[in-house]
Formats: sequence, structure tokens, C-alpha cells
Amino acid sequence: MSGGEKYLAAAYTVIFVTVLVYVAIIAAKLSRLERETAELAGLAQERRPDRG
Amino acid sequence: MSTSSLNRSGFGSPVPLLAVLASGLVGIALALVFFVAPEDADQGLSQKIFYFHVPIALTAYACFGWGAFKALLLLWRKEERYDLESYVAVHQGTIFGALTLATGSIWAKASWGHWWLWSENQLVLFLVLFLFYSAYFMLRFSIEEGPRRANISAVYALFGIALVPVSFLAIRLAENVIHPTVFTREGPQMTGTMFFTFCVAWVAISALAYALYRLELLGKRLDSNLRELREALSS
Amino acid sequence: MTFLADVATLARKDLRLELRARDTLPAMLLFVVSTLVVFRFALPEGADDVAAQGADDVAAQGLLWVALVFTALLGLARAWAPEREGGALEGLVLAPTDRSAIWLGKSAAVFIFLCALDAVALPAFALFFAPVNLSTVAGVLLANLGICAIGTLLAAMAAASRTRELILPLLFLPLAIPLVVGGVGASVSAEPARFLAFLGLYDGVFAILCWASFEYVVSE
Repeated sequence: MSGGEKYLAAAYTVIFVTVLVYVAIIAAKLSRLERETAELAGLAQERRPDRG
Repeated sequence: MSTSSLNRSGFGSPVPLLAVLASGLVGIALALVFFVAPEDADQGLSQKIFYFHVPIALTAYACFGWGAFKALLLLWRKEERYDLESYVAVHQGTIFGALTLATGSIWAKASWGHWWLWSENQLVLFLVLFLFYSAYFMLRFSIEEGPRRANISAVYALFGIALVPVSFLAIRLAENVIHPTVFTREGPQMTGTMFFTFCVAWVAISALAYALYRLELLGKRLDSNLRELREALSS
Repeated sequence: MTFLADVATLARKDLRLELRARDTLPAMLLFVVSTLVVFRFALPEGADDVAAQGADDVAAQGLLWVALVFTALLGLARAWAPEREGGALEGLVLAPTDRSAIWLGKSAAVFIFLCALDAVALPAFALFFAPVNLSTVAGVLLANLGICAIGTLLAAMAAASRTRELILPLLFLPLAIPLVVGGVGASVSAEPARFLAFLGLYDGVFAILCWASFEYVVSE
């Protein structure tokens, strides 16, 4: 690859990787929220065990 | 209880649709950039960085402006939700600002051989703004959550948007402009195809920023709702 | 007009406190002179060349502004100290005075401190480095207005933060960059008027912004 092409690839790679990292962070947050929701559902069940 | 985007409309969050739209537009923009837009005579292939670099910079400004707008609404209407919206907008702006610095630096290296140029007004302006908005997060996370933090963050966000034109003027006064003036007063100095590609890329990046903004907002509201639920359940 | 009367009262209070306690201003004066001396040793010795001397003079003007900005930071960190230590800020905020009067009064006092600082810093600079011209003095005065306006507000923000002393420089420095550009430009450029006008613009824009938003910074 010539010099110019390398820089072009670098720039687009940086953008791509940044967006992917952002998605990964959101995914991690989502799984944490999922765990919390499950925990809270458990707490709610304990309070009203008759309501399945 | 803050009004969240979760229960406002009956159709659920617009985030998935926004994400699909943004992906589609970015895909089209990339195709245009690499297969349709003609190669620049002077700068060669590395000129194509510009199709994403400038929209990212413009979008960063837009995010900071959006954040300042929400901040103004917070100070005026005093509704809690504006604080979160302002914060997320500033957060997006900072991410896009960092991307502007990264892509701008690569473009500078490709075009003029240096990773950083003090004579590059746009880069220097973004550096100042990046420093300013990084301090926003330090400020915000060193204050107890509550109306005081919301108000102070809002005032700071407004200062940021005032800083943009002032810094721009300052940097212009101080240095020579060697940033390739692609847009001059006569209009864009590019061919029609290049301009069309640029516009598509701009819309695509804006859509991406808005989708990410709504996504982050959704996550944070969910977080806050769950915390309230937890408090309600454990009492 | 009671607004101006309040401002004058508040400013006078701060000046009187400083006159009695004499802790902040002497520290600032000592700091700026020490800083200038450090700069003298930090600059590599130029050759005894007249042309190099000329270049040194121009470069040295920048050092004046660095010294002024960082000394101002030192003083601003203590700007709200009397109110914090006495718990007086809450009292002031509850008083039936326009909250912006608190900001303006404090800024006026800080402005006077900065002018006192300049009365020592500029002669010291002229002695150690290079003569100071009229446009530099004008630039310093205009910059002082900007510094006291935003500095007072930012110091109030920092007072609400956990990391008080640490955060004030982070908040202040990005906003001070245009002031430094204007000031150094006024000092070295052949057309200082543009830079002085820019400093005036900065002062106007941010003074209005501070005046309008101070209320939100100190209230819940």
C-alpha cells in the first residue's frame, strides 16, 4: 500500500474501532442491567409470592 | 419519577429504527466515498479522509450545541430530564471531538507530513474544546448528584458553546490559515460528485450520532428507573 | 440603585478582609516574582547576538502571560474562602439581594487584587526580561476583566465540587486560552488594536454570561 492509502485506512479504522468500542461498552451495560432486572424480579417475587 | 422515553409512546423506543437508518446511511456513504467519488488531483487517495473527518467535526459542534440547548431548557423549565439529555449530548460531542482530533491528525500527517500542526486552526480549536469538555466530566463527577450538579453542569455547557466562536476568533487572530479551504465564500471547491458524497456522509454521521445519543439516553434512563425500582422494593 | 449599592458593599467587604488578613495578595505577589525568576532560568541562554535578543524579547512576552494566568489561578482558589470558612455563602444567597450582585461584588474585588498584582508583576517583568509597552498594559487590564469575571464564577463552581483546588485550574485554563492569545497578540503584534478589541469582545460575552448564570451556580 502506498503512503496515502495507509493513512486513509488508518483514519477509517480509527472511526470503525471507536464505534465498535462504544457498542461493546453499551453491550456490557445492557448485560449489567439485565442482571439487575433479574435481581429485582426476584425481590418482587419475594414480596408477593402468590402472584406468579 | 422522570418521564422516560420508555413509556411516552406506545410503540417503544425509536432506537432500533434509528440504528438501522444510521447503518444504512453510513453504508451508502462508504460506498460513495470509495467507489463513486473521484480521486483528488492534488492530495490523492488520502483526501478521502475528508469525507468523514469534516462531518465528524460538524457533528461534534452540533452535539455541543444540542447539549447547550438542553442545558438552557433545564435552567429555564427546571425539568429533570433535560439534565440527562444535556449530559449525553456533551458526552457524544466529546467522543466525536476526540475522533475529529484523531482523524484530523491522520489527515495532517498524510497531507503535510506532521502529526500535529499548531497552524491548523480547526485542530487547535478542537483541542481547546476537548480540554474544556473533558473538564465538564471531571466537574460533573466531583459534585453530588442533585439539582446543584444539574445546574452547574448546565451553566458550564452554555459556557462551552460561547467558547466555540470566541476560540475560533482567537485562533484565527493568532495564526495563518493553511487548512485546505474546501468551502470558500464562492461555494464548495469540489466537483458535484464530491459534494454529493460529502453531503451523504454528513447526513450519515449525523444519523449515527443521533442514534448513539438516543441509545445512550435509553440506557441511562433504564439505569435510573431500575435504581428507583430497587429503592421502592427494598423499602 | 440597590443593586450597585450591594455590589459596592460586597466588594468593600472583601477588600477590607484582605487588608486585615493580608494572606492572599502578598502570596500572589511573591508567587509571580518567583515564577518570573524560574522562567529566567528555564530559558536557555541565547547567544550575545542582537537579533537573538530581539527574538528573546518577543518570546518573553508570552512568559509574562503565563505568569499572570497562573498567579491569578492562585488568587482565585482563595476567592470564596472567606465565605466558605464562615458559612457565609448560604447567608448571602438567602439575602434579598440579586444573586448576580454577589458575583459582581466578588469580581470587582478580584479585579482590584489583579491590578495590584500587575503593579508588581509588570515592573518585575520589565526588569528581568524586556520593556513593557502601552498595549501590553492595556491588554493586561482588559484580560483582568475577563479573568475576574469567569474566574469568580468558576471558583464558585469549584467550591461545590469535592476536588475543589484540583478542578479550578482545569475549568479555568481552557477558557483562559483566548485571553492569552489576545494578550500576547496585543503585546507583540504590530496591530495591537485587533487583539485589544478581541479582548473587549471576550470580556463582554463572558461577563454577560456570568452575570446571567451565577444565580444557577449557587442555588439549588
